[in-house]
Amino acid sequence: MADAPKLPDEAETRARWGNFAWSEANAEKAREIMGRYPAGRQMSCTIPFLDLAQRQVGAETNTQGWLPVPVIEFVARELDLPYIRVFEVATFYTMFNLVPVGRYHVQVCGTTPCMLRGSDDVLAACKSRGLKKGHTTEDGLFTLSEVECLGNCASAPMVQINDDNYEDLTFDRTVAILDRLAGGDQPKTGTQEPGRHTVEPVGGPTTLTAMVNENHDYRGEWA
Amino acid sequence: MPKVKVDGIEVEVPQGATVLQACEAAGKEIPRFCYHERLSIAGNCRMCLVEVKPGPPKPQASCALPAAEGQEVRTDSAMVKAAREGVMEFLLINHPLDCPICDQGGECDLQDQSLAYGRSHSRYTENKRAVTEKYMGPIIKTVMTRCIQCTRCVRFGEEVAGVEDIGAIYRGEDMQITTYLEKAFKSELSGNAVDLCPVGALTHKPVAFEYRPWELRKNLSIDVMDAVGTNIRADSRGRQVMRVLPRINEDVNEEWAHDKTRYHVDGLVRRRLDRPFVRKDGKLVPVSWDEAFDAIAAVAKGAGSSVAAIAGDLLDCETMFAAKSLVKAMGSDLIESRQTGMSYDVSSLGAVAFNPTIAGVEDADAILLIGTNLRWEAPLINTRVRKAIKKGAKVFAIGPEMDLTYKVEWLGNDLGVLGTLPESLAQAFDGAKRPLAIVGPGALAKGHGAALAFAKSANLVRTLEDGTAWNGFGVIHTAAARMGALMLGFAQKGGIGDIFRAAPKLTFFLGADEADFAMFANSFKVFIGHHGDKGAHHADVILPSATYAEKPGTYVNLEGRVQRADRAVFPLGDAREDWTILRALSEKLGHTLTFDSFEELRAAMAAEVPALGTEGLAGYSWDAPALAPDAEGPIAYPIQDFYLTNAICRASPTMQRCSAELLHGEDYAEAAE
Repeated sequence: MADAPKLPDEAETRARWGNFAWSEANAEKAREIMGRYPAGRQMSCTIPFLDLAQRQVGAETNTQGWLPVPVIEFVARELDLPYIRVFEVATFYTMFNLVPVGRYHVQVCGTTPCMLRGSDDVLAACKSRGLKKGHTTEDGLFTLSEVECLGNCASAPMVQINDDNYEDLTFDRTVAILDRLAGGDQPKTGTQEPGRHTVEPVGGPTTLTAMVNENHDYRGEWA
Repeated sequence: MPKVKVDGIEVEVPQGATVLQACEAAGKEIPRFCYHERLSIAGNCRMCLVEVKPGPPKPQASCALPAAEGQEVRTDSAMVKAAREGVMEFLLINHPLDCPICDQGGECDLQDQSLAYGRSHSRYTENKRAVTEKYMGPIIKTVMTRCIQCTRCVRFGEEVAGVEDIGAIYRGEDMQITTYLEKAFKSELSGNAVDLCPVGALTHKPVAFEYRPWELRKNLSIDVMDAVGTNIRADSRGRQVMRVLPRINEDVNEEWAHDKTRYHVDGLVRRRLDRPFVRKDGKLVPVSWDEAFDAIAAVAKGAGSSVAAIAGDLLDCETMFAAKSLVKAMGSDLIESRQTGMSYDVSSLGAVAFNPTIAGVEDADAILLIGTNLRWEAPLINTRVRKAIKKGAKVFAIGPEMDLTYKVEWLGNDLGVLGTLPESLAQAFDGAKRPLAIVGPGALAKGHGAALAFAKSANLVRTLEDGTAWNGFGVIHTAAARMGALMLGFAQKGGIGDIFRAAPKLTFFLGADEADFAMFANSFKVFIGHHGDKGAHHADVILPSATYAEKPGTYVNLEGRVQRADRAVFPLGDAREDWTILRALSEKLGHTLTFDSFEELRAAMAAEVPALGTEGLAGYSWDAPALAPDAEGPIAYPIQDFYLTNAICRASPTMQRCSAELLHGEDYAEAAE
């Protein structure tokens, strides 16, 4: 409960975002999304619409985007749903930000596999660059949050920054990524382990070795 | 029709029934929190776990499991006992131990079920979760730390009330039930969410910390706030009604009651007339009963047969019958109940009754609302219309557009539309098996004939394929006393206008507060009522009487359903039951009424109007009068303020606050605790 975000001042957000509407490009995208579902099932568009809205807010504020209350209400009106139904969805998913975030939203996975592989170091690295859990840095660049499993356990520990994953992190690699982002560069995404491409076993395969080069029938070897 | 064995008892349940329902059919009690007969199935509290074979070897949530042929259900095995204890333990982990200060104490499902199905002690030593307080308006008090997230209130708002303000936000341990941005729950049925809450998370705000349920005496009564005749239980302590709860009556109110029914009770003890008054030199002066009667007798002598009686909206039939008898004995037949000046034709009661019956609305497949704001005039019929829509009914409406909580095709705000109905409506009504037209008081004044003409052209009264009769013509009244009054003949041809024109020298106002008193300037006005409202201000003599809760009585709802209410408490101060006042007065006036007891009065009433003698539908015959079939002009809904429609409500601080906050947008945000 202590981590639950406190919604920003309503009058202020209404003044700033009260006139929110799709940009031309997004209006086109929204029509396309709506077209994916049968008539009367527009409720299915809730999540894609919220995502689209968050991205548009991000583009307008040059950040990773968030969902002010008037924007949530805009989405609800677009879908002809009661406000609370859309609000429920927006609060349920951690990917929807209910408070403004920085340009880079650093989401550190802290679930067991990542923790065992050193997510504490990753958090420490973030801390060393001035990031604080649940807060945005003064320069508006980074927002840090700890999230649950993002499904990269084979290359733990990992962080998700905006739409990209950075895996196989250590303290130093995390610092390097943050520094390059702060400098305006785009670091290499995916695994940071030299020589590793995706989540293949480090140092070569340890199981099913006979299948590396050709198909092999193991069935005769089963005990 | 699957056959299921529950603890060795074989039961046959209807297709589509759940295991929980099968267990109940076998007489087994299944504990539950989230499951509710009238709401959709959520299956999230897990309290209803039972053992089912065939199936996985684990307990199953019986509320969400369809009963199937040959199932063997155990509700008494060790597995079930352990499962219930486990669920109970989890539920109690984050539930505060504040029963001593919780208003739900004594009628709390969690309390009862933890006693019956829980463990005797806790193994939990960690900190409990705490949830910040939520604001849900003037009716619902929240202590959200107590919430077990059964989501009954959420489902109620969505499915029954049709006002989707409540929801569950955040997730997992952080999940909270709240209204959107913590604004008030803007439904006239919001009090039902409190009843549905199985714990003390939502409690009745107006009576917070006022009583314990075991202190209350439960009195069966009938609601008089509208003409639906909601069956209620007026719970009293000492001489005061503390609260009103609905009783289950599937034909009338199911198990709901609207907020006016529930929370007007603080108005029953405020602004009460508790002694007789007589106007002397322009000022009302408290006097004894004898003096008051003498003052009336002095006038009555000169008035002769120039006497009239106006019946108010909250009256029981017995009072009206006594008044009618008195006026008749004095040689007059000037009696009227439609105070606000309506003068629709009452030659056939069927033409002004709600013929399809309230429960029948659910079966209608095409509905036309003619000048009725159902949401305010009869909220519990509105919920039935919602149910009909869920079954596929199409709804059209004539009148000023407003939010009825469901989708309506508005046809404009002019009664003339009835003559030129659009193609879409004709199509819907042509294809309908059970077409229904609901005529509200907004249209009854001018459009009665046009509505009846529509009933004829659309063939609303018909015999269905299965041979049963269907009458799809329903009239909405807003006064609880109306149908009873019409049965007793409290109607002049020209309405209350006829009474003005007859210029009676002596007029009895029986709790009538809405009449145009200026028209009675030359009449000696005797007000027999219970609240110091408009009627009392204009009266020359005030005789204090009993509210509906303070007297037994017969009420007829808008369907023509005769229902009996019991006395909950005794009248305040010097006030007396209305019929005893009229009986005593009649003796003073020299026209002694023939009944000396309430039973004799009832018998005399039943002798005159036999339908009032037995409970149940009076069964009006359908012989629609021939009225002018044309009508035009805009419709205005008569109810301006849902929460302040009668003298009791207007005296109630809760209703005043509801009106100010929910209808007029006043801000009552409370200081943080």
